[in-house]
Amino acid sequence: MKYSALKILWEGLTGNKGWAPVWREPDPKPEYDVIIIGGGGHGLATAYYLAKEFGVANVAVLEKGWIGGGNVGRNTTIIRSNYLLEGNQPFYELSLKLWEGLEQDLNYNAMISQRGILNLIHSDAQRDAFARRANGMRLSGADSELLDTAGIRKMCPFLDFENARFPIQGALWQPRGGTVRHDAVAWGYARGADARGVDIIQNCEVTGFQIENGTCTGVETSRGAIRARKVAVCVAGSSGRVMAQAGMRLPIESHVLQAFVSEGLKPVIPGVITFGAGHFYVSQSDKGGLVFGGDIDGYNTYAQRGGLPVVEDVCEGGMAIMPMIGRARLLRMWGGVMDMSMDGSPFIDKTHIDGLYFNGGWCYGGFKATPASGYCYAHLIARDQPHEVATQFRLDRFARGAMIDEKGQGAQPNLH
Amino acid sequence: MIIHHPLLGPRDAAEFVYKGDVTLIDRPDWQAEDAAEAFHDYLYLRDNPAGEHRELWFHEQGDRSWLVVTRNTLTHEITKVELARDVARERGRSR
Repeated sequence: MKYSALKILWEGLTGNKGWAPVWREPDPKPEYDVIIIGGGGHGLATAYYLAKEFGVANVAVLEKGWIGGGNVGRNTTIIRSNYLLEGNQPFYELSLKLWEGLEQDLNYNAMISQRGILNLIHSDAQRDAFARRANGMRLSGADSELLDTAGIRKMCPFLDFENARFPIQGALWQPRGGTVRHDAVAWGYARGADARGVDIIQNCEVTGFQIENGTCTGVETSRGAIRARKVAVCVAGSSGRVMAQAGMRLPIESHVLQAFVSEGLKPVIPGVITFGAGHFYVSQSDKGGLVFGGDIDGYNTYAQRGGLPVVEDVCEGGMAIMPMIGRARLLRMWGGVMDMSMDGSPFIDKTHIDGLYFNGGWCYGGFKATPASGYCYAHLIARDQPHEVATQFRLDRFARGAMIDEKGQGAQPNLH
Repeated sequence: MIIHHPLLGPRDAAEFVYKGDVTLIDRPDWQAEDAAEAFHDYLYLRDNPAGEHRELWFHEQGDRSWLVVTRNTLTHEITKVELARDVARERGRSR
């Protein structure tokens, strides 16, 4: 069923009786060409691009719970391509380009809103660093501008420019950044993949891998064994648990990141704003809630909840740049489990086991990467060659000394 | 979270800095044949279990001791706290 304004109008006039389920609920077949473990944004995007771009449609997506019930439904919905390093930036720029065409491609309203992202500058050194970053962004074809305070005041007069400790001196501005309706991304990709023949199998937990002579030939699941020529793991947040079933240790720790949303307010924040002297980022959803977050809690955990010290730290960050936020009441807060990698960058790679592929380690930046992650993972699975913008996301990069460490923090996951 | 420090009693986890898995105590022998591989595993690979996890915490805003905390990563329940010095000595380290 193709969605259109006319269809909405017609259904509105005829009692909304003509809508059909958006994807099927098939039983698993005994064998597939490709099994994707994990029905989150990245897994569904991978299935969609496998079927659409690479002609591999005999695909199953296995999801332990329900699709979109993990981090794709728990993030702060920001999209941007404002990275520095050549291993990262072209990848995120590809992602932003895919976001820009996504709704037409999927025929699905994902409420993509390029309202811009503003990274505030609070010191001379930071201005130098952001000028360098802005140039790095332009090298990949992305847009970037350095703003002075007059430029920021035009957009965000409510910021605390004269803050005694962290005065605002400028900003890195990416107009093409913005926000997306996160759940719609999962649903849109699921609908697109299903329409092309992909089986989306929910409530199907993978309990083991079938590995014979160093080759992965299928998986054991809570709904029986399923054979496959290729098995692609895509379970960021639970990567350690799933890959342990294949006997692999990963350069990843699992940490919790909290997110917050205030009561609904009239439009007050024009785009996405990030604090440069602490860790705080905020945007306003179309419903009016201020959506914001900050640091991870900092210790290994698989519990989808965090502690109050980080809540305090996030709120202090908010108060430091926009004191008006103190008048808003908090509506909800929640946590999601992140794959924190050893250098803060992700993995899209083959493993040492033939036919077993791995995608994970997204730290807390996985949402914006969803389209490119799916596209590049599909490329790797279909052709056994990495996509040209994802050649550095290798599992062996630590052994080779080829880390992609945007923050220069070293092998300490809770600092990335 | 409250960490029951063996010397100082119950302390707020916010006083501590988290380092990571307790295997970081077992620094490989740099003169061994397989030292490069051993250091790679030591520095970069983690078991990352869902459940009981032994981990290093540094009491930075306290007595600056290193602790080995046994904590459940699914519930955050802490079942054991030891001085890292004692754990290292048990493992045959001189200090």
